[in-house]
Amino acid sequence: MKNKMELLKLIVASEFMKDDLALFLNTHPMDQEALSKYNFYVMESKGLKESYEMNYGMLSEHNSLSPYPWQWINNPWPWEYDANFNLDKEGM
Amino acid sequence: MWTYDKFLQYPIKIKNPNPEMAKIIITQYGGPDGELGASLRYLSQRFSMITPQAIATCNDVGTEELAHLEMVGAMVRQLMKNATLEEIQKGGMAGYYVDHGRGVYPISAAGVPFNASYLQSKGDPIVDLTENLAAEQKARATYEYLINMADDPDVIEPLKFLREREVVHYQRFGECLRIVQDYLQEPHLFTMR
Repeated sequence: MKNKMELLKLIVASEFMKDDLALFLNTHPMDQEALSKYNFYVMESKGLKESYEMNYGMLSEHNSLSPYPWQWINNPWPWEYDANFNLDKEGM
Repeated sequence: MWTYDKFLQYPIKIKNPNPEMAKIIITQYGGPDGELGASLRYLSQRFSMITPQAIATCNDVGTEELAHLEMVGAMVRQLMKNATLEEIQKGGMAGYYVDHGRGVYPISAAGVPFNASYLQSKGDPIVDLTENLAAEQKARATYEYLINMADDPDVIEPLKFLREREVVHYQRFGECLRIVQDYLQEPHLFTMR
């Protein structure tokens, strides 16, 4: 079982791949290689987010299940020091 | 519409408060080449954009700029949060402090409040995409100047990430301009409006 910050780091990396590939695909809609990469990261981040949310709380506003009581309001929020991981440049 | 993801696009984790750095980084929050202007520019232009590729690009880059606005706000907040009054004074943030405390407010590095005249939405796709190419370059240069002024790796790394995104967006808008130009040169039965 990965800890919270390790898992968050994987999610952020996977989400970024999606963001960047989606922008590329907007102007290269016929690029099959980019498209299959995009689809890979969609599935990957879905799986990663599911295991994060099962253990560590809600990541998205209207697509996450919440245990009782309502979890969305829990600290920390993304702009806080404690919500962020250290980027180990070699490790990623 | 939008939904919110409860994480940053790239982590902001700044150990040491530095009001002097906050004072200049805030320009990418509410300054002339900042993320608020960028987001408003693309999200406004998309309504009159043409071609599926360019419409999607304005929509999605405008959305990503909101994530960058959040990152810059997080940087300003973390640089100010634990700063002492003495550090705030030394860092040239006393004026900001009396107006906004340790909160985040959209102004330029020179203290000028955000202004919509920083952006244009002309209703003409060639004009708008050409503006966007310049806007991305101006933002890239701003991030480079900020990196030149910074000495803390906790600050430099996210600035480098944001700078790189400007380069990518410039590339994508350049592709859009070419796509729109080609489209308008084809013998269509209507003009660009």
